[in-house]
Amino acid sequence: MVIFSAVSAVIVYTWIGIRTSQKKRLRKWPYNRYGCWALGVVSMFLAFTLQMHGHSDFTMHMVVHLLLGMLAPLLFVLAAPVTLLLRFLPVTLARIATKFFKLRPVQFLTHPVVAAIVNFGGLWILYRTSLFEWMHMSTPLSILIHIHVFVAGFVFTSAMLYIDPVPHRSSFQLRAMVMVFGFTVHAVLAKLIYAESLSGVAAADARKGAILMYYGGDIVDALLISVFCLFWYRNSVFSKEKIPSEGVRE
Amino acid sequence: MVVTHRTYPNYNLWSGILFGIGMMAFIDEALFHLLLQWHHFYDRSTTEIGLMSEGLLHAFSWFATIASLFMLAGIKKRNGFWLKRWGGGVLLGAGIFQFYDGIVQHKLMRIHQVRYVDNLIVYDLVWILAAVLMIVGGAFLIKRTKQSGLKGSL
Repeated sequence: MVIFSAVSAVIVYTWIGIRTSQKKRLRKWPYNRYGCWALGVVSMFLAFTLQMHGHSDFTMHMVVHLLLGMLAPLLFVLAAPVTLLLRFLPVTLARIATKFFKLRPVQFLTHPVVAAIVNFGGLWILYRTSLFEWMHMSTPLSILIHIHVFVAGFVFTSAMLYIDPVPHRSSFQLRAMVMVFGFTVHAVLAKLIYAESLSGVAAADARKGAILMYYGGDIVDALLISVFCLFWYRNSVFSKEKIPSEGVRE
Repeated sequence: MVVTHRTYPNYNLWSGILFGIGMMAFIDEALFHLLLQWHHFYDRSTTEIGLMSEGLLHAFSWFATIASLFMLAGIKKRNGFWLKRWGGGVLLGAGIFQFYDGIVQHKLMRIHQVRYVDNLIVYDLVWILAAVLMIVGGAFLIKRTKQSGLKGSL
């Protein structure tokens, strides 16, 4: 079932990509985006498989967290799925979709500050309240939390990178500051888990998981920061052309 | 416009400072935490504010490392790289990080010590002295590049 969804996710994306690339008015869909999508699907698939097999192991839980909440969202954002969908949809439907992104509540939730609070605040609640304990007692709650971790990770990453169209963009400075504060919360959480453990988790296991959360998070963060800086680099005084005005790319 | 190494004095300086901070943080993490294990991942005497401050410094220096390298790539591409000024920035940034780490993080916030041994004072002195030397060296280089032809701008 999981493998079937993974394969069809790759096939559908690739098919739409090839299909829309044939239209004359559109530029060719870049190859690296197919790669990002496929890798994103692979990390999702790994997260699901590990989740099913490594239930009681906290270190394994952290691997799943890194894949589901950080790496997969980053790869999916890099694959620009919304842009691809807008290329594919007939004009009337595409207009409705763009209207949706312009709605006040949607804009509010995708604002960098709000997205960061939902993403890192959610983690804080999960690991600093009894929620983590309850999660292991209820399957629906566990599923809900895993969905939240992925969706919040995706919204946060896309609010930092602006690869898909965003009606109102925040400055590089604001997004850089939001990232620094967000990563701070992540690092502090990892050290608190190391120091105080979690109820229902053996201390040694919690420590291993916490170190993995800390340094593993750094690796994915470095990827995210690099892509962010690349966009800044292209927009800054170092760009070949005159500095383009923000928000008119693509 | 003809670009020389003096075209981007601020970018050279800031790229250097940010890289210095990031480099020192990386050395701290890779050498003293992971390889030598002199520092503890978490010390029982760490306060909550200490944890916050350490986390913030960690996140900031991680960002600074990458951002500074993109700035460096930019000034290199434009032939605006000024080694002396950039190097001065690196020393200054590294020194400031080391100084803050040694005084505030280790002593005031007690996040961890340089090493867990009896004659800690020796380690602390070397740590702080190294920081002061880097700050002085960096400031000296930056001042030199300022005198050699810059008007007004840092």
